[in-house]
Formats: sequence, C-alpha cells, structure tokens
Amino acid sequence: MTAPLPPGIQLEKADDRIMTLNVGPQHPGSGHMRLIIKVDGDYIVSCDPDPGYVHRGEEKMAEYRNYIQNIPHLERPVIHDSCNILYPYCLAVEDLLGIEVPERAKYIRVIASELNRCVYTLYWLAIYGIFLGHSTMFMWPAGDREFCIDLLEAMSGARVTHSYFVPGGVRNDVPANFEERCLRQIDYFEKRLKQYEDIFYQNPVLKQRTEGTGVLSRMDAIRLGTTGSVLRSAGVDFDIRKKEPYDVYDNLDFQTQVLKEGDSYARSRVPYLDMLESCRIIKDALRKMPKSGSVRTKLKPNPKGGNEEAYRRVESGRGSLGMYVVSDGKPEPYRVKISVGSFRNLICMPYLLKGEKLGNMPAVYWSLNYWPVEADR
Amino acid sequence: MSSIAPEFRLSRFVASLTDIIFWVVVIFTLIGLPIVLILLFYIQLPVINDKLLTPYLALTWLADPSRTLPIVKSLIHTDFFRITTFPGFGFAALLAAGTIFIERKLLAKMQLRVGPLYCGKIEGILQLMGDGLKLISKEIIIPAKADKPIFWAAPLLFVGTAAAFISLIPVAPGWVVADVDVGLLAVFAVIGFFPIITLLSSWSANSKFPFIGGIRALHQMVSFEIPLILSLLGIVILAGTLNLTEIVESQQHYWWIIFMPIGAIVFFTTILAELERIPFDLPEAESEIVAGWLTEFSGMMYGLVQLGSYLKLYAFAALFTVLFLGGWNGPMVWPPFPQEIITEGIKMGPITLHVPGLPLLDQEMLNGTLWFTIKTVGVILVILIPRGVFPRIRIDLLLHTGWYKLIGLSFVNIFIALTLVYAGVLGPGGLIQ
Repeated sequence: MTAPLPPGIQLEKADDRIMTLNVGPQHPGSGHMRLIIKVDGDYIVSCDPDPGYVHRGEEKMAEYRNYIQNIPHLERPVIHDSCNILYPYCLAVEDLLGIEVPERAKYIRVIASELNRCVYTLYWLAIYGIFLGHSTMFMWPAGDREFCIDLLEAMSGARVTHSYFVPGGVRNDVPANFEERCLRQIDYFEKRLKQYEDIFYQNPVLKQRTEGTGVLSRMDAIRLGTTGSVLRSAGVDFDIRKKEPYDVYDNLDFQTQVLKEGDSYARSRVPYLDMLESCRIIKDALRKMPKSGSVRTKLKPNPKGGNEEAYRRVESGRGSLGMYVVSDGKPEPYRVKISVGSFRNLICMPYLLKGEKLGNMPAVYWSLNYWPVEADR
Repeated sequence: MSSIAPEFRLSRFVASLTDIIFWVVVIFTLIGLPIVLILLFYIQLPVINDKLLTPYLALTWLADPSRTLPIVKSLIHTDFFRITTFPGFGFAALLAAGTIFIERKLLAKMQLRVGPLYCGKIEGILQLMGDGLKLISKEIIIPAKADKPIFWAAPLLFVGTAAAFISLIPVAPGWVVADVDVGLLAVFAVIGFFPIITLLSSWSANSKFPFIGGIRALHQMVSFEIPLILSLLGIVILAGTLNLTEIVESQQHYWWIIFMPIGAIVFFTTILAELERIPFDLPEAESEIVAGWLTEFSGMMYGLVQLGSYLKLYAFAALFTVLFLGGWNGPMVWPPFPQEIITEGIKMGPITLHVPGLPLLDQEMLNGTLWFTIKTVGVILVILIPRGVFPRIRIDLLLHTGWYKLIGLSFVNIFIALTLVYAGVLGPGGLIQ
C-alpha cells in the first residue's frame, strides 16, 4: 500500500464503462484551463471545469499602486479587449474622485471600446472556427482584426495593450485625419463581415452541427446568472449599454441583438451581430462627435479619494464587466474587485455539456464566450 | 508584406547556383581526385575485349548513347523498375509530394495567406524536403506502456498497404504493376486493411485519445466501405469485368460518369471519408481528441503515416479516374517520335550516329500517361477544396449520412445500371458499343 492520501482527496473508483478524459491544460481544445470530462461511449456523463491556471492576483496588485499606476496592469487579463476592461475602472475612479469628463473624450472612449469589442470578437470567432475544424474561418478573422488594430494603433500607439483610458478622459487625442480613415476602414470591414455570413454562418454542415446543441433555456440563463451574448442568445433582452447607459451610449442609435434559440449556433451568432452593430455605433459616434475640444481633465498629482466606494459596470465582449473600487482616503485604492462575465458564463458549462456528445464539447465550450485569463484574473 | 518576403531574383538564384558549383569543383579537384587516383593504384582493373577497363573507358561507355540506351531500355521493362519507379511507388510519391505543395498553396490562397514562402527561394518549393528532414532528425518517443512491436509496425504497415493499393492502378496501356483479373475485388481487399491498421495502432498506443480516435476511424471506415463497394457495382455490371485495365478499355468512347453521375457522387463522398479529410476528419479532430489516432506518433513515424495518407489520396484519385473518367483514354496529343532518327541516324557535324533501341517509350504510353496525370490531378484538386470550405461534421451525422443516404443512393445507381443493361442500351450486345 502506498502512502496515505492527504485529507480531502479520495481516489476515484475504476469503472468499466466510464472513462475520464482530462481535456487540458495541454490540449488543443482547452485554453488555459482543464475540463475533467467523463464519457460513457460518446456521451458526456459529467463535466467539471477546473480554471485557475493563470491566476495572477490582479486585485491584490491593485491595492499597492495608486489610481493612475493601476491602469497598465488592470488591462492584462484581456489584452484583446483592454479598453473595455479599463472602462469600468475609469468610470468608478471618476465617481470616487469627482472628475468631469470632456464631451469629446466620451465619444472617443465609445469609439475605442467598440473597436476593441470587434478586435476581441474576431479573435474569439477565429478560435471558434478552428474549434469546429473550419480553417478558413480561423484565418479570415485573424487577418481582418488588423483593420481595427490599425485604427486603435493610430489612436493609442499600441497594437493590443493600449492603456488608452485614464480617469478623466483618454490619454491623447485622435490623429488629424482619423474620422475619414476610420469611416473608410469600417465600411470595408462591414463588407468582409457579410462574407463571413456566407462561408460560416450559412454553412449547412455548421448549422447541422451546432443547431440544437447545448440548449440553454431562458429561465436557466437568468437563474445561472449568465451575462452578455449567452444571456442575449437565450432570449433575454439585456444589454448594459441600453439598460444602464454610460458615457454617451444613450445619445447613440443602436439596437440590442437578441436571439431566442439559446443553442450553440445562436450563442455564436450574437457576437457576430454585435460586431455589425458596433460598426453602426462607431459611424454614429463619428458623426455626432464634437470636432474639437479637450480630451482629458487634468488630475492633481497623486489624487486621493474620500472614504467612499463606487461600482460601475460596462458591456464588454464577454458580458457584464464590473469594477468595485473602495477608497479609504489614501492614494491607493483599499480594494478593487473585478467581476467578469467569463466566469459567470463558465458556471453553466456542466449543465450544458451533460448528455451531449463528445464531438459537441468544443462547439458548446467556446460558444460560451469564455476567456480563461479573464476568469482567473 | 513585400518588405518581409524575399523577392525572387533570377540573377541571385543563378549566382547561388554558380557558387555551389564552384565549391563542388574546387573541393572535388583538391580532395576527391587525389583519393580516386590513390584508389586506382591499388585496384586490379578487369580486361574486357582485350582492353583494360580503366575508369575513363567506363565513362566513355556511359557517354556513348548507342551503348547505354539498350541497357536503359531493358531496365525500363523489368519488374523492378515498374514496382519502384514508373507506375509504382516513385511516380505516386512524386504526385503525392506535388499534391502536398499544391494543397498548401491552394489553401493559403483561399484563406488570404501566402503559404510556404522561404524554403527553396521560389514560393517555398522545398518546404516539403525541409519538413521531411526535420521529421527524420526528430527523436521518436514511444509511450512507456505501449505494445511496442505493433506500435512500431503500424506506420510501416500503413505505407505498405497504401503502396499495395497503388500497384493495382493501371496508368497507361500495359503499364500496371499487378494486372489482376479481379482487380476491383483486390482494391476492396486492400482498402479493408486500413481500419485494421488504424485500430491496431490506436490500441497499441495504450492512451485515451488515440483509442477514441481509432474507434471513430473504425466506425467511419466500416460504415463508408459499404456504399463505396455498392457504388462501383454499376460499373462492373455495365463493363462486364472486374479487371481495372479492361474497365479502362471499355471507356474508349464514353466515360462511365456520363451514365452514372449518382455513383460518382457517392464514390467521391466515400473517398473523402476513407481519406479522413475535412469535413470527415473526425479521427484526427484536434479540438476534441488532440490528434486522434496519430496523437502518440512522433518523428518519422508520424512522417510515414502522413506519407501513407497522401499515397492513399493519390491512389483513390487515380481509382476515380480509372473507373469514372476513362483512365488513360484521350485524344492523341503527344507528338510522334521522328522516324528519321531511327532510319538515318543523328547528324552531329561530320559524324552520323546510329542509335539502336529508339524510341525508348512508345507514343501511346506517353499520351496515356499524360491524360491519366491530368485527370488525376484534377480529381485531387477537387478533393482538396472542401478543406477550405467546410467545418468538421459530427459522428452521428456522419454515420447517418453513410448508412441512410449514401447506401440508398448507391442502390439507385445500381438500378440505373440494370435498367440500361435490360433496355439494351449498354453492356454486352447493347446499342452503344
């Protein structure tokens, strides 16, 4: 007999029928996490997601830096969506410190965050394509990201980790001929998105494969606390941009994308429709933006908040993303709590995968719009 | 892009070639020639026709076409040449290598990429050689609890079975390695080996993901072999033979695809499934089961399996050509061999050279090979295109397609063939001959 097991750990009983598969962390279809899947033949009996491989302690790190120094590292969890993850932090700190944001900066923030949503969604879509074995759908979005990345580079100077939003506005103004260039690229980008519809979303093999798999009902979606595209694909009309408009979203003309089916196909389609809507928002914002003016309210050096707290949330590429910032009168925040959509969407995975075929695992898993690094924070 | 990609310059290419030639000549004269001369000093040279066979005399024989051509001609008609080079392994491997290059480039163009670009300077034409060298030089890792003899044998068996498949394909009139009377049955027998090899390799690896991949491959191949065999019965009924050469000869005036398009579609779909190509690449589905039954193969063992699968691709495409597209039949486009060279010889300045044994290969064979190659490459291209268009199918949908739709369609095809025979349109004693 080997050494006794540590308390709390028990050996699994061997079973003739049930086979345990460790999908990840070193598996092409897992991301930075592990799925402990038990299969009976080709059917999944149970699924146990095991995240936490990329935990970096962002929340604790935020307690040792002052409000401005927190900006570069708080965007690390989702470098593809860095504007959207900084958005709630900036809004909350502005509430704490009582800063007014110039009108032009608000519009620039909206444009940057919508562009960044496109960058993230294209990356997500590329991986969804390769998860389903569609290599063209991997290459096309990965190439078309460049249009949005180009624009963000022109705005902020960096391709991915932009550090563009600061409490009080944005770091710098957009370049001189930005509006014209942005309109041109977004027009072309919309044309490309139409082609995705033909090769991917209307593909008969894809429809056969994803329609009716991993169905999440409307009530389950609400009860499990899912957010973002997962919630909207289950027929719940909930978008924070509409329900709790921040900055200038209440001035802009756009619609929430809702589908009723709640299966993998609908979950993969809502982010795509969101991207088309983002293009509309960007065009509208470019039209309504003040042509000149300040883009940043200057802060005092090393600003301090009072004994207050602030919670703001935004609609990110993966759902509701909230930041809870507590101040105790020091230059550093007392506590920063990040509440992410990825982790909430992961919760419904064991419910969805139970009874599905093993071949549906990637289609359901990645349609949940889950980003392992963000969930681990 | 242009700043990264090396622009092809003919001058640079020629300069690099001349560089290489210069160094070869220098090294050979400085090191090689002294070694040869020293060796010649110690070797007893044979005497033939009262002449000492010095290396220089042997070299003049090689350079004299009237002496070498008969040797080459007798070599071409040996079985060894057939198995290794022309209708057999070498020809197939050459076409397979071309297929890999075309696949990479075609897929890259479909996906707005450039594909291999650096290796070999011209559009990455030597990429395959580079990959092969890499695979050969890599370490072969075998799982500790694997059944080692079977695990080692599986890739070799796979290539061997693919090569056996190739040997049954007639490429040109009279040019086939094994002219079997029941050729089509032999093809079915060889195809039947592939699922066994797949299952053996996946079982012997003693690992979970290869096991699932092997079971999937077994399901897929067994359920698609039935429509594969049934879809070819129509041709056997109409041609009245199982011999592949005779099936090709029966298509001199019209191809069977004209009368049996349904059979051709069913056969093409089953080819995709047998080859494990997208959309039917379930046994290698990387997002679900890592690399399926190939997961534990490393180094040149993986390379051998890949070589085998591309040989298999060529063999299936060639079988489609032979059965449905008329094989080597086509209009005569190859120019005839000039008769003056045989009767009058070649005039080289003051000398007239009479070369016995010309022509080396007859016109019909060259023409047949040309048409066969063109048709086979066309079929291969059509097999490659779905990879850029379709996602992977799910196993239950795959089995449903195989058992319900394809088998039903192949029975429709058989009924069409029987109707044509009993109406007296085709077949022995029919209206169209």
